[in-house]
Amino acid sequence: MNFLRFAARRLAEMAATLLGASFVVFGAMYLAPGSPASFLLSGRSASPAALQAINEQYHLDDPFLVRYLRWLGQVLHGDFGRSITYRTDVSTLLADRLPATLTLVAMALLVVVMIGLALGWIGAVRGGATDSTILLTTTLAVGTPSFVAAVLLQGLFAVKLGWFPTSGTGDGFADLLWHLTLPAVALALYLIGMLARVTRSAMLEALDGEHVAVARSRGVPEREVIRRHVFRNSLGTVLTTGGLIVSTLLVCTILVESAFSIGGIGQLLELSTSTKDFPTVQAISLLIVALFMTVNLVVDLLHPLVDPRVTLGARRSEA
Amino acid sequence: MNHPEERVNALDIRGLRLHLPGAARPVLDGVDLTVAPGETVALVGESGSGKSLTSRSALGLLPPGATTGGSVLVDGEDVLTMGPDRLRALRTGRAAMVFQDPRAAVNPLRRIGDFLTEGVRRTGVLGKADADRRAAELLDAVGLGPELLRRYPGQLSGGMLQRVMIAGALMGDPVLLLADEPTTALDVTSQAEVIALLGQLRERFGTGLLFVTHDLGLAAAISDRVHVMYAGRIVESGPAEALFERPRHPYTAALLAATPRLDARPGRLAAIDGQPPDLRQDLTGCAFAARCPYATGLCHEEAPGPWPVACHHPLEGNPADD
Repeated sequence: MNFLRFAARRLAEMAATLLGASFVVFGAMYLAPGSPASFLLSGRSASPAALQAINEQYHLDDPFLVRYLRWLGQVLHGDFGRSITYRTDVSTLLADRLPATLTLVAMALLVVVMIGLALGWIGAVRGGATDSTILLTTTLAVGTPSFVAAVLLQGLFAVKLGWFPTSGTGDGFADLLWHLTLPAVALALYLIGMLARVTRSAMLEALDGEHVAVARSRGVPEREVIRRHVFRNSLGTVLTTGGLIVSTLLVCTILVESAFSIGGIGQLLELSTSTKDFPTVQAISLLIVALFMTVNLVVDLLHPLVDPRVTLGARRSEA
Repeated sequence: MNHPEERVNALDIRGLRLHLPGAARPVLDGVDLTVAPGETVALVGESGSGKSLTSRSALGLLPPGATTGGSVLVDGEDVLTMGPDRLRALRTGRAAMVFQDPRAAVNPLRRIGDFLTEGVRRTGVLGKADADRRAAELLDAVGLGPELLRRYPGQLSGGMLQRVMIAGALMGDPVLLLADEPTTALDVTSQAEVIALLGQLRERFGTGLLFVTHDLGLAAAISDRVHVMYAGRIVESGPAEALFERPRHPYTAALLAATPRLDARPGRLAAIDGQPPDLRQDLTGCAFAARCPYATGLCHEEAPGPWPVACHHPLEGNPADD
């Protein structure tokens, strides 16, 4: 099955899923207790006339389906409405905050992949005491939630040692990277443990393969055997885990951004949820759903490159 | 035995003993075996007889914790005393093995060209262009086209893949080719092709071939000489035809009788009663005595002498001097 047809079909599936997700995202806000009007008035008692004005401005009196379709029409034109809290366009708000979040997630991903793969590799190949130490450390890492890691790292490296700033994003790109180092580590810690363990067990399984013994019997140097036959053969599992890792990063960034006061999408989601800023929450929720699906699509498209036995769309009967 | 000329043997195993931790007796107990250049020698026996261990020892592939005695000379050099670098050089050059199941032996994620050339490329014996050219030549020699270099193992049949395996074994221009049941995992037509191919290649490249199998008929068809192995010892050796027509050791006779034949009347298949001796128990006397219809008190007490027939009571009279 050819690549373009597969990609086109998956994109159509994504659009359908996004449509379904948009309905859920929009509906969920209205099922939650409290109304935007009561937040805008922030506890003050308002005159019926003022309440009426607010309801009219946000079309709160229209039937649910009418409101949903109106909102959907705007979203399709790239208009996510105006934020109730910030009183600016939600799309501007997102554009301002997306770079910090994406940089943070990218940094964390880089750390996870480099350290996670290295630890898994060393554990599987060395064995013995080295392996036990790595297993113990990664077990601890897996057991540490990112918000706990955030507090611990802040306490030690920011407050006590003063090596890194405690919060914020700084000015300029280099400063941004410096500010994002601790948050990236906090975000990465749990996932390093996970990736290391997955890599280790996938490599141990590959090490048992007969083709590994055969490669050795053919005089291929041990380092090359590990690289070309053991690590290479565990990449499929690593790639699948990679999709899960990126998804987890996108979710956990909400907690870490709040802990380090980083003005990114995650912190925005947290703030706007507590203030019932529903246009913003809806936009971010949809964005996260779209990112999740993109990650899955990329993983599926990469799989045939990693394993020639996998053909695109093979899980369908037509393959 | 007719050696074509007095050259260094491709393989010369002398008094090879191999002991595994936890075993009460040696897994290999004084194995003697030679393969001259261009000669085909078969090593026949049941599972667990030590035939695969013997052939693997020629590449220095010993099970972990094994201790060895005797010597295994490949092209005149003792494999058992080689360091890691010499061993690697041996494995990419003078000796190579064709394994039983090509599907398991070739990495499914790497291209055929990669499989063929990695031994010589990764050790720097040949550059990329030379290695690719040699791989294409050898694919041609085993009857396959150069377009296969770009294919993945999953796109080839088992028979084709075993030919690739054989081509891979020939990459380093070995003096000794070890074939460990190379046809067991294949269908019948591919089996015949692979056997014929091994014969042709041995003639063309002058490679000594040690053919390990449990099939005495197959061994007789392909080889000049046959060694029959039982419980870590060679019990009978001789020219393939003589051994096949006129077995002297009761075990060889039993093995022949247990081979299913097309021309036999339908009915129960013959089998050798009992089990090969347990490695956890020490052995006194002949290892086959417990299963042998001709065994006497002597057989249980004293191990029989060395080959050509390691038996106190060989069939058809006395252990003659051939």
